[in-house]
This record gives sequence, structure tokens and C-alpha cells, in this order.
Amino acid sequence: MTKYDVLVIGGGPAGMAAALAAHEKGAKVLLLERDVRLGGILNQCIHAGFGLHYFGEELTGPEYADRFEKKLAKTDVKVILNAMALAVGADGDVTVLSPEEGLVHLKAGAVVLAMGCRERTAGAIALAGTRPAGIYTAGMAQKMCNIEGYLVGRRIVILGSGDIGLIMARRMTLEGAHVERVIELMPYSGGLKRNIVQCLEDFGIPIDYSHTVTRVVGKPRMEGLYYAPVDEHRKPVLSEEKFIPCDCLLLSVGLIPENDILNGSGVEMSRVTSGAEVDENRMTSVPGIFSCGNVLHVHDLVDNVSHEAEIAGAAAASYALKGAPETDGGVFGVNVGKGVRYALPQRVHGGGGNVEIFFRTDNVYKNCKVVAECGGRVLYSKKRMIVAPGEMEKIALDRSALDGDVTVRLEI
Amino acid sequence: MKTICINCPMGCPLDITEEDGKVVVRGYTCKRGLEYGISEYTAPVRTVTTLIRTADGGVVPVKTSAPVPKDRMFDVLQRARELVAPSDADIGLVVDKDVLGLHSDIVVTGRPLPHAVNR
Repeated sequence: MTKYDVLVIGGGPAGMAAALAAHEKGAKVLLLERDVRLGGILNQCIHAGFGLHYFGEELTGPEYADRFEKKLAKTDVKVILNAMALAVGADGDVTVLSPEEGLVHLKAGAVVLAMGCRERTAGAIALAGTRPAGIYTAGMAQKMCNIEGYLVGRRIVILGSGDIGLIMARRMTLEGAHVERVIELMPYSGGLKRNIVQCLEDFGIPIDYSHTVTRVVGKPRMEGLYYAPVDEHRKPVLSEEKFIPCDCLLLSVGLIPENDILNGSGVEMSRVTSGAEVDENRMTSVPGIFSCGNVLHVHDLVDNVSHEAEIAGAAAASYALKGAPETDGGVFGVNVGKGVRYALPQRVHGGGGNVEIFFRTDNVYKNCKVVAECGGRVLYSKKRMIVAPGEMEKIALDRSALDGDVTVRLEI
Repeated sequence: MKTICINCPMGCPLDITEEDGKVVVRGYTCKRGLEYGISEYTAPVRTVTTLIRTADGGVVPVKTSAPVPKDRMFDVLQRARELVAPSDADIGLVVDKDVLGLHSDIVVTGRPLPHAVNR
């Protein structure tokens, strides 16, 4: 098989943008996708709202994906569909299974990980009760509806108010199902405000904050479920349990970066993001292996995924063609302080130019201050009217100002 | 009318009323909230996205090319259920021009799944 400079695993928004960026830097690129077509999860996100930042217009998911597919089609980037990457080795070789090539070990100059996320399931949240037909993750229901054309239920309850759950509340309603309510464990939604209004309020769908599903009833088909408010320790108050008859429960209870193929690679993982720990080029602890998009950390906007993937793709090309960049300014850790759950990249090289630090807060805070410090010096300090875990924040730091580890924190 | 401003994570709770023939918005923090409140009260619009059948029994996603009045969303959906797209429909194909006279077209936004896999 041809030798490639950059091998990209995953043909969703991250993989496509990374492949294009690597190609533009002059690299010979191979893009692997396990599905029958490119686009990843964008293909099933038929609602509008993508691309406002990246393209300056509002697109649906498949349209957003198509923009990148059309650009890719004009390049010599080699795309292999139906190709499953099984493992990434310690030396960066990738084991791939596909009808086109059989079982092969590929070694490229650099590897970009862009495998995205999978959803947390009923098992992952230890959902109590029977295991009837009618329980789906929200993304699975979205795929069955929007791509296969099946409506998975008629009377639906949604657990979790992340964006996928909210989007599915509207989708199911528009396709003729009745969404009884959305139940959210936390006292706030993990989704965008826009989705709370346009997916729930518009259709009069109630949402219960600080509530959870206590058990599911029915066999072999779902007949209903019990739900209850939770106390300050998020334990359900069973004396206030209520029953809702329904034939379907959709779970929107979190995403897990799909990094299983890295188990033998030696790539250091973050316990907070479940993705790799990376530097500002999105290079992992293993030189030549890069990571971007939802496999690195869960994004709320695909526009941010595309930008991040372009950083990774361009850097991967540069690594493959020119070797590791020279670093004279040292490497500094990016740590988090009060109010911040994680910050990314986790390490930054000194030197010139700005670096953008993305972070998520651990709660909703109003009228707080975002502060970045280095060795007791304040590098960044700015007031925010509101920060929320559901909306990724970013700050820009001047790399030449760094002489030690950086801490990002909130003043509340 | 009560709603939440969608322009930023603040989510200001808006209370919108009509006083002496004038729309009055309360609860907003910035100009965008005021403008949003007025448009939500006077003429709320939404882009509708849904699925239509293809000639060979599959589905293909569509959208309204321009937002339609919020209270006509379900009329548009009903109209969309009557439409059939060719089985090789591509992105951008107009399947219903000026749907219900709302100055918006129903446009294909994706491609049907390749045959061998779906059916």
C-alpha cells in the first residue's frame, strides 16, 4: 500500500477538517471511515444551527458535512470507507480492517485521532427496573429516525437535557410522537439556551430539573417509568416518586470519547476529559500522534471541532514532513483552579504568538471573573456575566509571557 | 408573554406585553435581548427541518429555505408528508417551491443512505 504522511482515523467533521488541513500543508493523506459514507454524526443531525461561526450561515448537519466532502473530493486525499481502525500501537502503527484492504498494519509519518464519541447507555447510569424494548440512547433514536426512517416510540420521556436530548424532544414531536417530559438530574440544563427555547418551550414540553428516573416498568415492551426529585446529594426522594405511562425512554446522559483503540499506544489520557492530554498543536504524549474533535474532549459546537481539527491536521503534516518543531521556550503545564473542570491544551510550549486555551466550568456562575496566572503574575483577567458547563469558554494567552505552569481559574 | 432570551448563556427571562399599542419588553440585559423579545412577540419565525419519503421508500432530510411563521410549523410538516423526493435526490434540490405561500421552499439537505445498506 502507498506510504502516507498523515493517517486520519475517523471521517466525521474532525477527521475531514484535519485531512484537508494536512493536505493543504503538502502532506499525502489517508482518511479512514468506518461507516459507508463520510460525515459521521453530522449525517443524522438534520436540524439547523451548524456553521454560524465557521461558514457565517446556518446549515443543517448533512449540509455542513457536504461542504467538507466537496472540498475533499477536489484533493488527492485517499478515503477508505468501511474501514475500522482496531488498534494504535506504541510506535504509531495502526491496525485497520476493511473490505478494500483486508487486515493491514499502516505506518504513516503522523496519525490524527478523530474518532468522536459514543453515548453513555442505560447500563452506564445503572438504570433500575426491567429491560424492555423502548429504551434508546438519544443519538441512536436520532439515527433510526433521520437516516433509517423509523420512529422509535409514540409516548416518549427523555432523561437528560444535553443538546442531543433537547434536539430529540423536538424531532420526535415534529414527526408525530408525544414527548411527555424531559427529566434532568442537575438543577440546570447541560444544553444551549437556544435549544431549551426552540426544542422545549416552542412545543410546551415540560422539563423537571433536579429529578431522575427511578425505575422502568414493562416487559417485553416498555409500559412506563417512575421518576422522583433528588436531594442535595442527587439521591432520589422515593417517597415523592411519580409514574408516567410511556413506550419509550431516550437517554441523553453524556458522551464518552471513543479512545479504546489507544489502549496499547502509551498515549497519556486525561481522567477528566477521557481524551488524550495534548499540547497546543493537539499532539499527544506520543510524538506523531495527534487528537482532535470529540475524541479529544466533548464540544458543543461543530464549528469549534473544525477549527481544532485544522490545528491538529496542519501540525501533523508539519511533523510528518519536517519533524518535531523546535522548542526553545520550554513546556508548561496548564492547570485548573477554582470553578474550572478542565482546560485544554493541557500543556503549552513557550515561544512566540498567541495560544487559545479552552475550558469548561464546573457549575453555572454569574458575574464572575476568568483569571489565568503564571508564577503569581496575572496573564488574563476578564469579567463574565455568566459561565456554564454547557458552553465551552476560551481565552487567548501570549506564549512569550510564559515562564512556568499556567493556572486557569474563576474568581467567584 | 414570557420566554427566555436565546442570544447568550445568560438566558434572561423576558416578560413581553403590549401597552398602549406598543410592545414592551422587561427583563432583558442588552440590546439583543430587547430586539429578540420584540421579534418573538410580534412575528416569531422558525426554520423547519423534517424528513420526506423518497420514491423507493427511504427518507431524505429537508428544511425550509427561509424561516416560516412559528404558528405555521405544523402546516408545513403536514405538507412535507405529502411530498416524495426522487431516490437519487441531492442536496439543494427544491421539492416544493413557495410552500403554502410562505415565501420559503422545501429543500433537500442530505442524501439518502446508499441502497445496499438500508434496504
